[in-house]
Amino acid sequence: MADPMKIRATMAGDKVEVRVLMAHEMETGQRKDAKGAVIPAWFIQNVTATHNGKTVLSAEWGPAVSKNPFLSFRFSGGKPGDKVQITWTDNHGDKRTDEATIT
Amino acid sequence: MNSSRREMLRGSAVLGLAVTAGLLKPGSAWADWNKAAFDTKTLPDVVKALGGATPAESNLISITSPDIAENGAVVPFTIESKLPKTENVAILIEKNPNILAANFSIPDGTQPWVNTRVKMGQTSSVIALVKADGKFYYASKEVKVTLGGCGG
Repeated sequence: MADPMKIRATMAGDKVEVRVLMAHEMETGQRKDAKGAVIPAWFIQNVTATHNGKTVLSAEWGPAVSKNPFLSFRFSGGKPGDKVQITWTDNHGDKRTDEATIT
Repeated sequence: MNSSRREMLRGSAVLGLAVTAGLLKPGSAWADWNKAAFDTKTLPDVVKALGGATPAESNLISITSPDIAENGAVVPFTIESKLPKTENVAILIEKNPNILAANFSIPDGTQPWVNTRVKMGQTSSVIALVKADGKFYYASKEVKVTLGGCGG
């Protein structure tokens, strides 16, 4: 199982700003190891963020997103104390969900 | 002959076959990942894979990033769209092996503003592709890379 995400959700005016740092290799499938064998691709494909059960952002990623991906976005309708939940799925079918409270 | 044991063996064989079949087509497990779009190499192909026609250039899309990236493995980008009814924001790196880096769906209530970090193999123009009100728009910007992000 992958390491937990670091999620910060803070009020920025009337909007909620969410910042997420995920722990993932994001291997492109383009690199070769010391013996010249291609390192297989391993990257996050889908990211979904929900607030009170409503999807506030969904993303499809390719292997070009940086290692240990960072993502930030803003949505309205949230208030302090609400929970924001982030889920990612990678191309191995691994999944991880973490949540944070809006402050 | 122990018939229940036979039954069990047959059952597990069928299960094993099903699992193998599932593993043989990994695409089906994550149907919401648009493989066709991520395999493309050019802007018109991406737009086609996302189901649109020719995109129009727009000055209502802004790309914020460093002009010169010292480390191509981590280049921060902020894409903002001021187009009404923005539904989708995508980041494309023209000279990467596959042009599409990330595609974000923006539901109602979420600002058309995303900030993320991507890899760039070499100096390239970066395109922000936005789908707003069913149409596609784009803006581009040149980013110089002094050290490539694909392992060298």
